[in-house]
Amino acid sequence: MSEETILDVRNLRVSFWDRGVEVRAVDDISFTMKRGETLAVVGESGSGKSVTAMALTRLLPEPPARYQGGQILFRGRDTLSMAPAELRAIRGARISYIFQEPASSLNPVFKIRSQIAEVLRLHRPEIRDHRTEIIRLLDLVGIKDPALRLDDYPHQLSGGMQQRVMIAMALACQPDILVADEPTTALDVTIQAQILALLRDLKSRMGMGILLITHNFSIISGIAEKVAVMYRGKIVEFGPAAEVIRHPQHPYTKALIACIPKMGARQRRLQTIDHEAIA
Amino acid sequence: MKNESSVQTREVSPGRLAWGRFVSNRVAVVCLGFLVFLYVCAPLAPFIAPYGATVNNLEQSFHPPTPLHFADARGGFSLWPSVKGTTLTDRANTKYETVPGTVYPLKLFPRGDPYRLLGLIPCNRHLFGVEAPGRIFLLGSDQFGRDVFSRLVIGSQVSLTIGLVGILIVFPMALLVGGIAGYHSGWVDTGIMRVSEIIMSIPGLYLILSLRSSFPTSLSSTQVFLMITVIFSFIGWAGLCRVIRGMVLAEREKPYVLAARGLGQGHFRTILRHILPSTFGYCIVAATMSIPGYILGEAALSFLGLGIQDPDTSWGLMLAQAQSHRVLVSFWWILSPGFAIFAVVLAFNFLGDGLRDALDPKMKDNR
Repeated sequence: MSEETILDVRNLRVSFWDRGVEVRAVDDISFTMKRGETLAVVGESGSGKSVTAMALTRLLPEPPARYQGGQILFRGRDTLSMAPAELRAIRGARISYIFQEPASSLNPVFKIRSQIAEVLRLHRPEIRDHRTEIIRLLDLVGIKDPALRLDDYPHQLSGGMQQRVMIAMALACQPDILVADEPTTALDVTIQAQILALLRDLKSRMGMGILLITHNFSIISGIAEKVAVMYRGKIVEFGPAAEVIRHPQHPYTKALIACIPKMGARQRRLQTIDHEAIA
Repeated sequence: MKNESSVQTREVSPGRLAWGRFVSNRVAVVCLGFLVFLYVCAPLAPFIAPYGATVNNLEQSFHPPTPLHFADARGGFSLWPSVKGTTLTDRANTKYETVPGTVYPLKLFPRGDPYRLLGLIPCNRHLFGVEAPGRIFLLGSDQFGRDVFSRLVIGSQVSLTIGLVGILIVFPMALLVGGIAGYHSGWVDTGIMRVSEIIMSIPGLYLILSLRSSFPTSLSSTQVFLMITVIFSFIGWAGLCRVIRGMVLAEREKPYVLAARGLGQGHFRTILRHILPSTFGYCIVAATMSIPGYILGEAALSFLGLGIQDPDTSWGLMLAQAQSHRVLVSFWWILSPGFAIFAVVLAFNFLGDGLRDALDPKMKDNR
């Protein structure tokens, strides 16, 4: 795998403005991703990890969001200064997204074939035979009998299959980066494991980078090479995944890891994070 | 209904489900059939009507409906219906008496007043009629001796289409404007909503009254027809636009809208392809329910003499003759366009109810 830096975020600051009050969601963060690398961004709700993910292609509604400073260099070009048309060409094609709730991320009123076809029409207009390509994509994400599933509506699929359809849509253009924003949070644990295994498998087959957003430290160990721990809009710890998990430096990281319930451990109360102690 | 659905659970599409719910509502199905029948008849109106809309005969003013007799010329029984000849006996009180021995058997496809079928093909055959000098007045004749039935059938072209043309203008407009307002929010939303509120506060009928009087009186009926439709649409879109805007406002927060944007879809296409389709169920119902408004509006205007002008015909215009007390008391058949309006409006409302129950089952449960 090449050592080319595909994504370079420098001093990114994103704020939300509500009636003159500024809320800093992302406060001066910097990180880099190499091609084909998986970076997990870990943090609790409101730590700014989703905002970071959305900011990559300026997906946040402006207003209330405002990009206060910094650069997001994707293949050397700053997405924050791109024209809307350019951004649309990147979204879904070079940087694509999957979201937390597959059930509501798919449009309930269209069959899955037409939803996938839409991505193809948008980004790969040269494809004539949509049906074959859609079947190929569904097969790629491990849906059995893809030809039979084409005319299903999202509600006819299970949560795991819905997420697989979302992944199929996201992969339709062989993106450089797949942003997976809590991709397994709405799924139960066995399906979680399947989806993570699928992502890992697809990553090695297609050579794309994954930006995995999660609050759950336990799911990253098998999949991520690097971890960025976010807390209150800042990256408090950044490093190789194994290193961070084994030797957490920042008290917040230590607290997050301590929160993972351990099998067989006799403990009365689940661990919580004491914010006073960290600050 | 056959109960096949329990065997094949996979094959029932949402459309089929809705259709099943719709069919189970008998009244709505009957109303749908009735309206489809009327809308099929309307373009063929000059053929179905035995006479032209403007053919008059002052010797047969306010002629009562001619009864169909099942008797031949010699007074014997006959299966084939016929009408008897009549003559005006009392001009002051418009009394008609049958002329003994005059029998005009009903004829299918006789030659009659020339017309253009579908506005194109010159034609002079009618669905039915009787040989001259006999006249068949299924619903009597009006002040000028014109056949009320013929005028009713031909007038349905105006009265029935105005609703359809109206919603064809209003709905795309309301969907587009409401969609943009709901999706973008902020000052775009505020601006559009204030404009629509201003428009909604204009009393429609008075606007038309004042506009009509500022237009030249020499406008043809077609021009008047178009003008009425456009003005009604101009007022009508605002209310609908507000509802759609509200639905879009709720819909745009759904994750699939973000997902569509994340896949690289532009704003406009996101509104059009992803958000608006979820409002279609409501729109179909609202459209059905709003057609009667146009029909009644046209009727009101023509009744007041501001809509379609004689000698052209529409249901409202025909009712205008029923304005006088004398006519109402003596010649009840002049009111038949009123019953036609009543029936059509009622049918549209029942149909709308049925569609709502079928397309939005949640709403039904909540009642």
